[in-house]
Amino acid sequence: MEYERKFKIGKPILEVNNISLSFGGVKAITDTSFNVLEHEVRAIIGPNGAGKSSMLNCINGIYKPQQGTVSFKGKQIPDITPNIMAQMGLSRTFQNLALFKRMSVLDNILVGRKLHTKTNFLEVALQLPKVKKEEKLNRDRSEEIISFLEIEDIKDTPVGKLPYGLQKKVELGRALATDSTIILLDEPMAGMNVEEKRDMCRFILKVNDELGTTMVLIEHDMGVVMDISDRVVVLDYGKVIGDGTPDEVRSNQKVIDAYLGVEH
Amino acid sequence: MKPIFMTYTKKDLINLAVCMVLSVLVIPTFITTEYWYTSILIPWLCLALATIGQQIVMGYTGQLALGAAGFMAAGAFAMFNLILRVPDLGFVGSLIVSGLIAAAFGILFGLPSLKVRGIYLMVATLASQFFIIWMIDKFGWFKNYDSSGIITAQDIVILGKPFTTPLAMYFVCLAVTTVLTLLAMNMARGSTGRNWMAVRDMDIAAESMGVSLLKTKVQAFAISAFYCGVAGALFAFCYLKSLEPVAFDIKLSFKILFMCILGGLGTINGAFIGAAFILLFPVFLNAVGNNVFHGAIDATIISSIEQVIFGGLMIIFMIYEPLGMAKLWENIKQKWKTKISSTNLKSSLSKKT
Repeated sequence: MEYERKFKIGKPILEVNNISLSFGGVKAITDTSFNVLEHEVRAIIGPNGAGKSSMLNCINGIYKPQQGTVSFKGKQIPDITPNIMAQMGLSRTFQNLALFKRMSVLDNILVGRKLHTKTNFLEVALQLPKVKKEEKLNRDRSEEIISFLEIEDIKDTPVGKLPYGLQKKVELGRALATDSTIILLDEPMAGMNVEEKRDMCRFILKVNDELGTTMVLIEHDMGVVMDISDRVVVLDYGKVIGDGTPDEVRSNQKVIDAYLGVEH
Repeated sequence: MKPIFMTYTKKDLINLAVCMVLSVLVIPTFITTEYWYTSILIPWLCLALATIGQQIVMGYTGQLALGAAGFMAAGAFAMFNLILRVPDLGFVGSLIVSGLIAAAFGILFGLPSLKVRGIYLMVATLASQFFIIWMIDKFGWFKNYDSSGIITAQDIVILGKPFTTPLAMYFVCLAVTTVLTLLAMNMARGSTGRNWMAVRDMDIAAESMGVSLLKTKVQAFAISAFYCGVAGALFAFCYLKSLEPVAFDIKLSFKILFMCILGGLGTINGAFIGAAFILLFPVFLNAVGNNVFHGAIDATIISSIEQVIFGGLMIIFMIYEPLGMAKLWENIKQKWKTKISSTNLKSSLSKKT
């Protein structure tokens, strides 16, 4: 996999410092720290209930950790909300699909263009020229993403009617439409067949390669993770038990015991 | 279909043209009885406008609100006071300002939507219904210290010309409704509407895309209340021709809710279909009672039957077609199209053989 990268891996863009999160008495994450470098593909793996999704939800501001901080683009963010993170250039997808079910594929992706929409409701109601101009720009960009993901033929279908694999693609599209610098993918390949997984990998790598978008993904399929990610962090019972390149993680004894498993 | 003008397709423009020709030329030429204007067309337009308001907050933004009549009352009494106390504003100016006053109430009573949802929000928004009516009753100033309880609405004067005949009032309602409907459609199809629907379908995802829940919900409540306020002012000045808080009771709120649901949640044309159905159905039942049974059925029984049928329809629609009559209409059109194309295909095939 020695090829010339258009976007060289740079300095840390996202830093998670000593995060602890608990729900009542249940500790989901304990004192976890790791970082994500600019333009890299970073994977978070771990067995069920290891706190992977909770971790993403802390970074994105859906959960408020009791302890620890998140720094993004060199700035420590005191009061994280999904909205603030979106404005700073962090977008995400969800584990159990959080699409706008009654809206078409195109409309879903257009919502991703929200932060590139500056006109207010009054201007929209009156259809001022600048609204039309902006709408056209947003539509063009959305169409670009739709053809990039090869889903042109379903763009007017309500998302709720699509099969699972396609919905996952639309969700990726919506995250892409934000033109964010970093995208968090929560199990982008869960429940997909081999072909769909291969497609999804291709898209993730293509986005990373062509746009330089930093990708953070949670995944169960070990083969996939080891193939596409630059670095992997392994969580178990809410703690980091391994962090490094796929090869380093593979040879880490703690990881082997906890996750890859001893041979049965 | 490719949009020609922004998000509008050729079909939309044709529909608009047909509606305009029907309402401006055909109806005034062929309908001459006053009853149709004063009892059906004018209230239909007013209530359809209020239903669009309800659609914005409930159908598009997904916030279960019940208090449209309260905002209508706010609009109606604001209109009365504005014409009385600030005559320089003129009719159109007063109409806009009374809409804005209702919108202010909308923002106030929309704030609970940030914390509660579903049926609890419905209960919270009921406060608007009772508070506004109570306020108007409690403080005599709103009614200009009129002791009779029913105040006669002032005559409508636009640019020095009186609009007092039923036909003239119909045109006033039609003009206001048309303009506001077009604005609502622009919003619903544009980025504003997408934000509303994103909040409705999945609020967490919407927030992660940068849609502010606070701003979007409050905005929807404000716009909704504006529409209800303008509708209430028209309802009082063109239909009731009087102002009394009792006219805007909870029953009217429920009526608008029914219009919204039966017409089809999340559609603008559904507002008109729903309003027409709920207004015309009792008329139809009365006609059946008088002409088929020749008055053998008591009027009170007929009105009870009406309630039973409405209730039944609500349940049926909620179960089988939650998107209401607008969707039903779409389905029928779709079926027709496939039927026509398949018969065309059959005939062309039989010709070949």
